[in-house]
Parts: sequence; C-alpha cells; structure tokens
Amino acid sequence: MTTATLQTTSTDAATTSFTVTFLIRRFDPEVDAEPRWQDFDVEMYATDRVLDALHKIKWEQDGSLTFRRSCAHGICGSDAMRINGRNRLACKTLIKDLDITKPIYVEAIKGLPLEKDLVVDMEPFFASYREVQPFLQASSAPSAGKERVQSVAERARFDDTTKCILCAACTSSCPVFWTDGQYFGPAAIVNAHRFIFDSRDEEAKVRLDILNDKEGVWRCRTTFNCTDACPRGIEVTKAIAEVKQAILRGTP
Amino acid sequence: MTSENHVETTVVDGVHYHQYDIVIVGAGGAGMRAAIEAGPGAKTAVISKLYPTRSHTGAAQGGMAAALANVEEDSWEWHTFDTIKGGDYLVDQDAAEILAKEAIDAVIDLENMGLPFNRTPDGKIDQRRFGGHTRDHGKAPVRRACYAADRTGHMILQTLFQNCVKLGIEFYNEYYALDLVMTEVDAGDGTTSQKPSGVVAYELATGELHVFQAKAVIFATGGFGKIYKTTSNAHTLTGDGVGIIWRKGLPLEDMEFFQFHPTGLAGLGILLTEGARGEGAILRNASGERFMERYAPTIKDLAPRDIVARCMVQEVAEGRGAGPDKDYVLLDCTHLGAEVLETKLPDITEFARTYLGVDPVYEPVPVMPTAHYAMGGIPTNVNAEVLSDNTTVVPGLYAAGECACVSVHGSNRLGTNSLLDINVFGKRAGRNAVEYVNSGVDFTPLPDDPAAGVRGMLEVLRDSNGTERIAAIRKELQDEMDKGAQVFRTSESLDHVAEVIAGLRDRYRNIAVQDKGKRFNTDLLEAVELGFLLDLAEVVVASARNREESRGGHMRDDFPNRDDEKFMQHTMAYLSGDAHSSVASDHIRLDWKPVTITRYQPMERKY
Repeated sequence: MTTATLQTTSTDAATTSFTVTFLIRRFDPEVDAEPRWQDFDVEMYATDRVLDALHKIKWEQDGSLTFRRSCAHGICGSDAMRINGRNRLACKTLIKDLDITKPIYVEAIKGLPLEKDLVVDMEPFFASYREVQPFLQASSAPSAGKERVQSVAERARFDDTTKCILCAACTSSCPVFWTDGQYFGPAAIVNAHRFIFDSRDEEAKVRLDILNDKEGVWRCRTTFNCTDACPRGIEVTKAIAEVKQAILRGTP
Repeated sequence: MTSENHVETTVVDGVHYHQYDIVIVGAGGAGMRAAIEAGPGAKTAVISKLYPTRSHTGAAQGGMAAALANVEEDSWEWHTFDTIKGGDYLVDQDAAEILAKEAIDAVIDLENMGLPFNRTPDGKIDQRRFGGHTRDHGKAPVRRACYAADRTGHMILQTLFQNCVKLGIEFYNEYYALDLVMTEVDAGDGTTSQKPSGVVAYELATGELHVFQAKAVIFATGGFGKIYKTTSNAHTLTGDGVGIIWRKGLPLEDMEFFQFHPTGLAGLGILLTEGARGEGAILRNASGERFMERYAPTIKDLAPRDIVARCMVQEVAEGRGAGPDKDYVLLDCTHLGAEVLETKLPDITEFARTYLGVDPVYEPVPVMPTAHYAMGGIPTNVNAEVLSDNTTVVPGLYAAGECACVSVHGSNRLGTNSLLDINVFGKRAGRNAVEYVNSGVDFTPLPDDPAAGVRGMLEVLRDSNGTERIAAIRKELQDEMDKGAQVFRTSESLDHVAEVIAGLRDRYRNIAVQDKGKRFNTDLLEAVELGFLLDLAEVVVASARNREESRGGHMRDDFPNRDDEKFMQHTMAYLSGDAHSSVASDHIRLDWKPVTITRYQPMERKY
C-alpha cells in the first residue's frame, strides 16, 4: 500500500496526478461470508471525484467492483456511500477535499441490507417513503384548465424539502435508524414535510398522525447527522423539528 | 428488487414469466407519464434499469414550454412556429402543432398533480425566456418556459413518481430490458407479419431472466449520449431501448441529428441550463466580447442551441477562446447578482462551485458544448405508435420521449421542448395503449423460449475468455465520436469514425467480462450496453455521412448550406444484411421519409 506520492509533472494542480490509496469494503454474496477490506492504488487528479476513482478501479483493475451510479453530478441520488466515515455522494466528493496522505475508506451506507460491495437493498427505504403518502392530496378541483393559485411565500414555505433526491444519505446516517429498523427515517419525514407545508394539500393531518406513531418523528434525537449528510443542503433536522411542532399544534 | 408485491409468476427453465396488458420500458418522465395514463385503465407494469427517481429527466433544469401567457402575450401558434423554425424545417408540422397546443394542458396537469412551479406575484405559474422561443414569429424573446428554479426536470420526475405511488403503479426496478419479443402471426391474407408479444428483461439483483408478456409495449428508454465523451448524459444513457428496436429490424429516424448543448462545464460536460441566458447571462470570448451579437443580432445569446454551439466552437477555432489553452468560452452571470443566482439558478451555481471551483456570482464560468439530446430515434406517428416503415404502424408498440422521433424536434430541438415532449407524447402513448388493449385484442402468443436470444448473448459475454477491456473500447468510441461526429462534421471525419467503429466492433467480439457472478453483475451489463452504443454510433455516423447538407444540429463543413431540394426529408435507417459484419455498409440501408408540412413553408433561418 502506498500513500499520496506526488508525481511532479507540472506545478499546475489540475495537471498533476497523485497516487491515492482507496480501502474499499468488498462483499460478494456468492463467495464471502463476511465483508472484507481491499486496497487499490489509483492515479488521480485533485479535481477528480471519488466516483472517478471507483470507475478507474472497475474499468482498469477489477471489473467486479460493484456500485450504483448514473448522472455523476449529484442529482440522481444513486451513489450515496460512506466515505471516510461520512455519508456523501461519490460524484460530489472531490479528491482535493479529502486527506490523501491517508487511505480513503469507502463502504456501503449503513442500516440497509448489504447486497454486494457498495450496493444495498433500497426497498426498506422506499417502503418508508411510500408510508407517508408522498403525493399531493387536494379534493377541491381547480377551475378547469387552470393551475391552483399559490403565493410566492406559500411556495417558499416548503422549498427546501422539494430538493430531496431520495439518495438515502440522511436516513442511513441516522444512529436511530441503524439500531431501530422500524423508524421512518429522515428522508421519509422530509418528503412528508414537503406536502404537510404545501398550501395546496389538504391531508396534512393524516400525515401528521402517521408521523406521530411510535416509529415516527419522536424517535429523532436531533443528532444532526442527517443535515450534515444531505448532499442537497436540505436542513433535514429543522424539517423534522417543524413536523414535531406541527404535531403538537395539531396543524401545519 | 421490486417495489410492490407482484402477482405470482410462473418459472419455466429458470425464466420468470409475467403477464400484463401494458408493459412500459423506462421510468423517466415519458414512461411514468404513460404509466399514470395507463395504470388506471389496464394492468400495467413499468420496467426500469434504475430506480425511477434516478432517471435522467431529473437532470433537466431550465423549464417546460407552454404558451400559458401568464406573464406576457403568447400563443400556441407562435410556439408551433418557433418549434418548426428551431428544427430548421425538418419538423413534422402536424406533430409540432399538437405539441404546442397540448403543452398548456400538460403543464396544468403537472401543477394539479402537485408540481411546485415558481410563482408570479399573483400566484400563477411563472415563466421565463429560453432560446428560440419568440413573440410573433421571431420578433423578440418571449417568456414561455414554466419552471421550478433550475430543477424543473427534478420536480417533474418527483411529481410523476409521487403520482405513480399514489396510483399504486407496479415497478420492476433495476430490471434491464434487453429484447422485444416478436411473434410471427398470420396476417389473414396468406402472408405473415411480426407482432410484439412481450419484453425480455434481466434482473440485476439475481441475474435471472424475466419474460413480460404484454398486449402493448411502450418504449420510453431515453437517449444515448454516451456514444460521446463530452456529454451531459448519465452513465446509464446507453440507448438500450433504441438499440433493441434497431436489432429487431425496425427503422431508426434522423439519427444524424444530435444536439450539443452550448453550456456544458468546460472539460466535464455537466449541464448549465440555458435558463441562465434566459435570465440574462451572456456568452463572452477571451476578450470579453459578447460574440453572439455578431451571429444572431436579434436574439443574441438566446439563439437556438445548434447555432450557439457552432458559434462557440468557431470562436475557439479562430483563436478567441479563453483560458490557458484558449479552448473554451465564458458564461458571464456576474451581473445577475447573488439573489437571482441563489433563487432562480441555485443548482448550476453549485455545480460551477463544486466541480470547477468557480463562483458564478463573481467570475464567469468556462463552458463548451456538450452532447445533450438525440433528436432522432424510433419513428412514431402522432399517436406514439411505432412505425415499421414510412407509414405502417406496428400494432401494440409505442414509443415516447427522447428514444422516439415523432418528429417534433426536426434537426434541432428547442430548449424546454423535451420536458414538454415527454409529457405530451408520454400521455398519448399511455392513453392510446389503454384504448388498444381494451379494444378486444388478445395476448399474442409467445414464441417458444422467448428468452433464448438474450440468454445466448449473455452466456457468450459472461463465458468469454476475451482480452479486450470494455472501458478501453468505449473510451476509444467516445473519443473518436467527439473528434469526428460532433458539432462540425466532414465526409473525411465521418469516414474515419466509421473505420474506427468497424475496428471496435471486431474487438468487441473478444471482450473480457471479469465478473462471472450472477448477483448485481454490472460488469456484464456494461458489456451489453457497449454493444448497443457501438450499434447506435454506427447508425449515427452512417446517417450523417449520407446527409450532404447542413441543417440544424448536423453541420457539414464540406456542405455548409441547407439543401431543401435534396434533403428536406427524414433519414430512415434499416438494419438489413449481415448484422454481425463490422462494416456498416454490409448491414445499414438508408432511405428517406417525407416531412409533413401544414402551414409553414421553409424559409431561411435567421435570428
């Protein structure tokens, strides 16, 4: 294993490559009884992303390395993973922002069943999402062929939580979610918040009842891991707190 | 992994068999819009190679066009004209009329479903300017793009998914459709014809094959930007759906027309919305000159994408590029102010900061064109029915969205017309499929062992002891497509790319798949995807070689003018002859299809 040897070809950071060591937690369900750590040395540039490193490993060294990815710029939510112990998107984590004098640890997000290498079963995550009725419910029909009217301020009220890309970085960073597999988790609450505070929606009460459940918002211990983990910059803990207050008030 | 408890299936020789009235392949905007229409009327399943919310509709930023006239006078007729002129008159005008007319309902539908559009001070859907959209046939830019910050595609994708959840639509997530099953049926007049009877899919989690028997199949599989190196497209946009149709011997239309979006982050290709220019951002060359004034004096930076992309490449080619290597131009947003950037363009502001370390509030952003959108694809009529030649409908087969060619975009799509396209024609595909399956048609019987072809292909790849790396072949393909078949093309550059592709197709036969496992074998699927990329790149290049004129997104340096006399027609490419030969001319037959003209005679395209 080597660490961060500078190959000086130019003084320009963008054209200088480094050897960076990645320690990746591997698991092949057809072979391994337990996950194992494997190291790879990769030539990287400062502006490369961790996703580039995973691709270089897969494409040049070991084709069996398995991870999800799609858009590669932080909007599809496929590549949430634990990088040096923090949940991030691999495509939004640049090498220059990591300490490359030490190996970079990459492993699957926690709290969801491990399937293979960096891939987890996302189904429990989406099941919680579906539970909170994440869709507009409005019985009053707008006048035919017209939009519902919503003021700029009403629209702004829930803007933050519309940004969610369902990557699960928040939910799988939550210590309560790790120990209590029944907890809805931050992402489901964020998506409930998005409708609870939408002036056009009429079923906030139903969602507040759902989240008042013993596995709902009251499990949250405000550790702020979710807010730190969110690649979209959503103030997740604040959104959960607003849902808690709405439950206490009985209305958004 | 599936999101619902699916109905019991039968398993024969390790292959799972399912039966649905309608099977939709692809869960982006077009697929989910179709599902919302189809689900309540017929037993429907959606198969996606991703989780639905990972689809690339979510990457669309700037807006969705509709002549709501919420902020200034507008009409769907102007929108129709702009779409036709924007497409350099290769647009089928009946389809463009439908697109522009139904746009208004399509936006209202989405709002009623919950989409959080930005609002005007009086609470209506806000609208902004976008390239090529004008007032009164080109007089001045018009505010027509309905938007939600620079996350319009994200909001559309989320809203459609939310409504699919509401309706209990059945999804098969991370199932890769790899074949369309066709059955030979008696046409009743003594001849036989091919009829779609289902879809074969590969389940990523288990490596097992599934056959979905269906009365109707809708393809909504998106684009294939990964034939290029510099692209705004996701890694997963490998054109599998378009490739499946091609391999079935069905034609592909206008494949030479690929859109290069002007403002990709330099060197990376990540999209920066045209909405930035809609809000007033300006393109500048190294000396700070607003060069678009020279090329499009009336609408300047808001000229359509093909024109702006060409002008940028020309500025760089003539030595006026910015940066140490003079190889990009600058998108100047600095005069917009932090508030506009943070509220109306927050995502692109963050992309520039994250990936280039450039803060658009204070510095101009390095940009260059990036492969963005396929105007061509699977030919359909305005009912989203797939065509097997210029006019014949394949009963029960539909296509919508980027994979389809209606053709509403002609040779160059206007910005905001793709989010519109997926909604209008996704809806039409879903609605027409429901009508079709409820019109008394029966399931077409499956042929014996319908998964045999896919099983054979996968076994050959998995068991191969080849030595060629998937990534090496793909990289060479993408590099060469960028060099020879990008914004500017010549017969020489295209001939060279064609030769390269022929060589790569030979090497592909000796490909190495390292992962021999069954579960989550993404290595195997990358090999499959590369096969589709090679097939489609070959068709793009052959079609481009054949069109000896310049029109819209297809610019031939050796034929710099539009030639209506010879080429005012759609290209139709057919797979015929030896499909496995590495030489394109052995198996690509090119033909033409007339353009539908209703009320706008072709004119010179000036802005």
